[in-house]
Amino acid sequence: MIAQSKSSAVAGTFGRFGGRYVAETLMPAVEELAAAWRDACNDPGFTATIDTILAQWVGRPSPLSPALRLAAALGTTARLWLKREDLNHTGSHKINNCVGQVLLAKRMGKRRIIAETGAGQHGVATATVCAYFGLPCVVYMGAVDIERQQLNVLRMRLLGAEVVAVQSGSATLKDAINEALRDWVAHPLDTHYVIGSVMGPDPYPTMVRELQRVIGRETKAQLHAQVGRLPDAVVACVGGGSNAMGIFADFIPEPEVALFGVEAAGEGLDGRHAATMSRGSEGVYHGMRSLVLQDEHGQLLEAHSISAGLDYPGVGPEHAHLFESGRARYLAVDDQAALRGVELLARTEGIIPALETAHAIAALPEVLRLLATSRDPAAVLDIVVNISGRGDKDMHTIAARLGAAQGDR
Amino acid sequence: MTAPDRIRRAFDRAHAEQRAALVVYLTGFDGGREHSLACLHAAADAGADILEVGVPFSDPSADGTSIQAAMVRALAAGATAAGVLELVEDFHRDSDAPVVLFGYTNPLLRLANASAASRLGLVERAHASGLDGVLVVDLPPEHAAVLRDPLVAAGVHWIGLSAPTTTALRRRAICEAASGFVYAITLRGVTGAVLGTADSAELAAGIAALRESTSLPIAAGFGVRTPHDAHRIAAHADGVVVGSALVEAAHEGTAALSRAVAALRAAVVR
Ligand SMILES: Cc1ncc(COP(=O)(O)O)c(C=O)c1O
Repeated sequence: MIAQSKSSAVAGTFGRFGGRYVAETLMPAVEELAAAWRDACNDPGFTATIDTILAQWVGRPSPLSPALRLAAALGTTARLWLKREDLNHTGSHKINNCVGQVLLAKRMGKRRIIAETGAGQHGVATATVCAYFGLPCVVYMGAVDIERQQLNVLRMRLLGAEVVAVQSGSATLKDAINEALRDWVAHPLDTHYVIGSVMGPDPYPTMVRELQRVIGRETKAQLHAQVGRLPDAVVACVGGGSNAMGIFADFIPEPEVALFGVEAAGEGLDGRHAATMSRGSEGVYHGMRSLVLQDEHGQLLEAHSISAGLDYPGVGPEHAHLFESGRARYLAVDDQAALRGVELLARTEGIIPALETAHAIAALPEVLRLLATSRDPAAVLDIVVNISGRGDKDMHTIAARLGAAQGDR
Repeated sequence: MTAPDRIRRAFDRAHAEQRAALVVYLTGFDGGREHSLACLHAAADAGADILEVGVPFSDPSADGTSIQAAMVRALAAGATAAGVLELVEDFHRDSDAPVVLFGYTNPLLRLANASAASRLGLVERAHASGLDGVLVVDLPPEHAAVLRDPLVAAGVHWIGLSAPTTTALRRRAICEAASGFVYAITLRGVTGAVLGTADSAELAAGIAALRESTSLPIAAGFGVRTPHDAHRIAAHADGVVVGSALVEAAHEGTAALSRAVAALRAAVVR
């Protein structure tokens, strides 16, 4: 089920992005992981086990829901479809990746799992899978993120994981990754580091994409069953880029399918933001060559987004490549628009999305405008939005921002 | 003027004195530019044979708490890769001690790419500063050409880095790409870890394995804090690297740094 990367000439690179920029102490661990991953991909037993766990425990396939009232509210004749990763066990797409990586770690004989988390969704998913397999789990999380994602911290602790507060730097996702890397440098033999997105050194960007590919594969089959055609466009939010790569992957070879990634414009592109594609430049960071937010001296800038899961100054290297090659387009949505996106989906479809996901919802008017210029106006368009996660974890943030604006209506 | 054999001379001199060379790491700009310059001189005067100057980076994921804190202080004091090279240039006006830059890829690559545009990039500045070598923590041999080739062509040594986990195959590639010396990391972990009672036999075996792949001098470090640690390492390696403990001393002041360096220098005898 899991396809080998054929998109690149040199393993682990996407155009000039990607690679393995890690400390020498980690190189053998990274090489061992790459070899184990190659080996596991060729073992039908491994992929069958993943599929079984996804079906019996995660709840896959996730539904593809038509969104008629959302389309009406946006005043479009296009058919909108929601890929419901919010209905997965633990409430987001993150668990697809965790099941595969923890299973691989077990296969490699690793006895300890570490992870970083921003929104807490990846941390919760990792802690959940570790509980399922009976493996000890340490999750690194920025102190700022711990503050804004209390519920997920409680969930991780209840699941038996140790949550370590990271105070260094901006005390957000990027610093949690630094701390997880430090842990891995100290324990490269017995520990597997479950990176939560399509980022980091090779093989992570490829491996995580393949473990998330199930999203797009299901979408393709489900839409075909419904309307007998490919979508005109696929839309997903982009933090590190895993839910987007997951839903894009099977559509990349279909040139008629437009791909839209939506990143966080935070307080605006001229203020504090996390818009790596719109405003980043090439750099080497967290083990990869990609686009990053940095100053003229090569120091990383602190990203900002209302959503902890998009609050990261880098992006997966394959997105940098899709951006440069023009195969995918990237839009930016600010904090305010994302909040309106939460409300819009809640009121029209009865789905409270994660703040991350709300960026994709809020980008729909712009997506429709761009498609209108390139498609036959008489044609009925099919547009799929990846609902990467549900919004329960964000209720505090949403209440503080929306509640203040609405009063007790 | 670049003098690439100052590194060789430092190791030769130590060897003739039947001791290991003392390699002192300090984070550039820690405490501000002037304090940092004073610390480099204090360390050289107190007996450091080779100085490693850390280039501050916003995300030092291979460093422990002491050096992280030093980098935060240094960046707040306005540190840049270009600034650190100017610091080295100033240092070399009054000192002949070899200096190796120790950094992460991104700030150095950024400066290297500036060179094409302005002729004031990494290579030009390295040459002007009399820099003797460069060591990049997160740039393994498979990606190194982009920085290594222009630097080596300009007469700057490319210091190899080998870890306890490094396989024989990788050891050969690392040594082939290296010049000046090879840095053997003595511990699995970030800087600032504690050598403590780490197995001497494992340490000796690691260095012996490296010697099979290179005739370059081998300096060992990570976790070396006390004169006792330094003495243990000196029995096996051509050089002993001390970082976090001296960064902490330098933060106290130049007097504390001088005392600590002198004590280490006295301990690296065989
Ligand atoms: C619900 C949800 N969507 C999206 C993201 C962003 O990650 P990625 O870009 O890897 O999908 C996160 C990250 O925490 C998330 O929790």
